[in-house]
Amino acid sequence: MIEIRMHGRGGQGTVVASKILADAAFKDGKYAQSFPQYGVERRGAPVVAFTRIAEHENELAVRSNIYEPDHLVILDPTLIGAVDVFHGLKEGGWVIINTPEPPEKFDVDPKYRVATVDASGVAIKYRLGSKTQPIVNTAILGAFVRATGIVTLNSLLRAIQENSPAKKEENVKAAEEAYNSTKIKNRGNYGN
Amino acid sequence: MSFKKVLTGNHAVSYGAMLSKVEVISAYPITPQTQVVELLSELVADGYLNAIFVTVESEHSAMSACIGASAAGARAFTATSAQGLALMHEMLHWAAGARLPIVMANINRAMAPPWSIWTEQNDSLSQRDTGWMQIYVESNQEVLDNIILSYKIAEQVYLPVMVVLDAFVLSHTSEPVEIYDQEKVDEFLPPYNPQYKIEPGNPIGYGALAAPDTYFEFRYKIQRAMENALDLFEKEGKLFGEIFGREYGLVEEYMMDDADYILVTTSTITSTAKVAIKKLRERGEKVGILKLRVVRPFPFEKLRHVLSGRKKVGVIDRNISFGHHGIFYQEIKSALYPMENRPPVFGYITGLGGRDVKVEDIIDIYEDLKKRETVEDIIWKGVKL
Repeated sequence: MIEIRMHGRGGQGTVVASKILADAAFKDGKYAQSFPQYGVERRGAPVVAFTRIAEHENELAVRSNIYEPDHLVILDPTLIGAVDVFHGLKEGGWVIINTPEPPEKFDVDPKYRVATVDASGVAIKYRLGSKTQPIVNTAILGAFVRATGIVTLNSLLRAIQENSPAKKEENVKAAEEAYNSTKIKNRGNYGN
Repeated sequence: MSFKKVLTGNHAVSYGAMLSKVEVISAYPITPQTQVVELLSELVADGYLNAIFVTVESEHSAMSACIGASAAGARAFTATSAQGLALMHEMLHWAAGARLPIVMANINRAMAPPWSIWTEQNDSLSQRDTGWMQIYVESNQEVLDNIILSYKIAEQVYLPVMVVLDAFVLSHTSEPVEIYDQEKVDEFLPPYNPQYKIEPGNPIGYGALAAPDTYFEFRYKIQRAMENALDLFEKEGKLFGEIFGREYGLVEEYMMDDADYILVTTSTITSTAKVAIKKLRERGEKVGILKLRVVRPFPFEKLRHVLSGRKKVGVIDRNISFGHHGIFYQEIKSALYPMENRPPVFGYITGLGGRDVKVEDIIDIYEDLKKRETVEDIIWKGVKL
């Protein structure tokens, strides 16, 4: 079973991202579950959502929050430091960050793998959300898939097409562009 | 053709109602139920569901509208949560007393104050004596299936059913759910055709005055209908399995065959407990889970049968009757009382107000149950003292 934790802010589409990822895994023939750590949502407030992906249905029985994720998706880099985003992250885990900066700019523990993508820039280009508050969820999923390969790009794009409440084509294009512009740090010991 | 789709628990409720071909929906939005009626209103507006959607100003009115619709012979549906359910209270008695087979989904949410939107069972359990049947479910598939199953049973015994699911842990969790072929659902659930209904030209009265010489018998008949529903839950749950491949009973037994120790669970705590029990089994512990599904009518005989001969029983309650104990703990104890060699029953209270219940918490509860020598009515698990 693979467990993914996503950190974003209200309005970025974090909860929908967790669901799209679950649906993409399901389209790949796997079992998946996604859920938000629900707060009373306010625009801009920290939001956490989770996705579990497994080969078999019975592995997914557990319904508690995820405390030791395999991978992290960070939709807003200002959350690093403001929230203990790395808490419980397993060694070798991917950290996918929405930022125009390269992965080397982030002082992340070397036991983790880092990929960055300018999801905000991509989302603004495709007019997803507003210029000041872009909806970055579909773009950052493109980067997640590029870095981890946990789901196929084809399934991700189909899941985006089906689950985007508006601007379906733009969301698909944003994910593709982010996929193609993901920056990945030297993978060191984690050479896959 | 049936197909699978990744759905939230709330949307599984909506699709369950759609497949049941409900004819009147009346509801008032409340977190965490809102998505249920949002999707239903879209399904009606887009023509996928041929129903009348009655918007109202409160939950009391929502249930009143369902009562009117059901009395007129329509299949009626609503959904609510917590304070909304409490506001319906008067009309819950009315629906059951008038013998109207309304089905509703209640998303378990803790009662205020202090305000909470997270899961706890006190909202639905404080309505347990209104004459509504209650089913507590564990997965989104079980949500959808039990909306359909509820109408099938409700319309045979003329009593309403509440399908109860956990806030967020189910209502907002997305997972694959099979949506059945409409023809197969129609085969299982024929149109509602009541013995009596309000119609122009054929006047009858609902809710008339019943003096002491008749009221008593109305109450007796509700109790008999509840008792009859016990058999129906098993019969229709089995038929559901034959048609759709998923069978439902009054309870669900998990790894109980040779188990000395049994944890009794409801709702989503069951799923997490199953993972814990697998781990304990790998260590050689003889422990199993009894999931209580149908809570009204209460399956006394079934419980006596499956709990007979066990060393100890631990009941996990996500609820409390203040001044008493956990509510399922009380009910399990009372069910076992007539048995000659009844196992000792221990009461655990956990997860109130949506506090996360983890695999380790269930393992701790089991270890506590195994070593504890004298019965405790309330063992608090996870409370900060």
